Amino acid sequence: MSKFKKKANTSQEIPTSALPDIIFMLLFFFMVTTVLRETTINVEQKIPDATELRKLQRKSLVSYIYVGKPTTKLQAQFGTEPLIQVNDAFKPVDALQNWVMEERAKLDENEKDQLTVALKVDKEAKMGLINDVQIALREADARKLMYTTIQEIQD
Amino acid sequence: MARNKDRKSAEINSSSMADIAFLLLIFFLVTTTIANDKGLSLQLPPKPDDIEQVDIKIKEKNIFKVYVNSADRLLVEGDPLEDVKEIRDMVKEHVLNYGKNPKMSDSPKDAVISFKTDRGTSYDMYISVLNELQGAYYEMYAARVGVTPEEWRELASKTNEPDMKKIYDEGRGMEEDANGKMVSKFPMNISIAEPSKVGGQ
Repeated sequence: MSKFKKKANTSQEIPTSALPDIIFMLLFFFMVTTVLRETTINVEQKIPDATELRKLQRKSLVSYIYVGKPTTKLQAQFGTEPLIQVNDAFKPVDALQNWVMEERAKLDENEKDQLTVALKVDKEAKMGLINDVQIALREADARKLMYTTIQEIQD
Repeated sequence: MARNKDRKSAEINSSSMADIAFLLLIFFLVTTTIANDKGLSLQLPPKPDDIEQVDIKIKEKNIFKVYVNSADRLLVEGDPLEDVKEIRDMVKEHVLNYGKNPKMSDSPKDAVISFKTDRGTSYDMYISVLNELQGAYYEMYAARVGVTPEEWRELASKTNEPDMKKIYDEGRGMEEDANGKMVSKFPMNISIAEPSKVGGQ
């Protein structure tokens, strides 16, 4: 009998002491991979997909331009035609040259010529606007360009 | 026995630790945007007034013309084309012709791909055509050094590593010209022309 009792006494709970550790590991993973978004994007973004993607070499050298039609909230104010957004505000094409200058000023002296502009453009935008942006970038001598796209899933 | 009862629990109750960690985890899950820093890279030509005005005559046969109109319809070498994906093989055939077919390029160095759009062409169409044009070149480069096109694109973004750069330069056929400058004998000559103004704006 005594033998039986001793066996019954063993705890029936599943040990959960390792659970916080597991959760912490997940937490750290997300903390490390997280990039907190600095700008609110005010334009619709349905990014096109492509297969021949290349990675950006260094993120610190990249400045983003967003193009698309304003989000539904802002359509009453700005209309439905695609607009250019840089750092939180809509900008006309002729303001881009100044913007490139500002972005370039943020970089270190030896990296100023390596500024890369990433264009995040909505699928439905027209080439006319994109071309105007490209001409402005050529004028500002920011010639490294990247069209941000999504990896196409191949079947 | 009595001693055992006195020592009830000396440890701190840590069962809520998991809940706290969960809260933090969910916060980060919600705020995370997994950065997608990938895309089609392109080098724009210099400012128009910086380019020396030299009349360079390019033979008609060396130019491979792709035109997309404002209704996103393709015109390749004067013929309409339905499937964008067919461009890839046509470009490869054009560039790797080495003068065999009198209607195509003399050598990869002379070959030029001219890509013209309209102001009303959609960006989606532009990207899918550019994707095929660049893809064709990446496949040709990769074949020259015996890697897969995926590996080629991978090492193209790692040119700060010397051994990667060596393969990269070999693929593009880098050699010294008369002035001692390094030039590619297999350049990716994709010329993006000023759009026409039929549709849009």
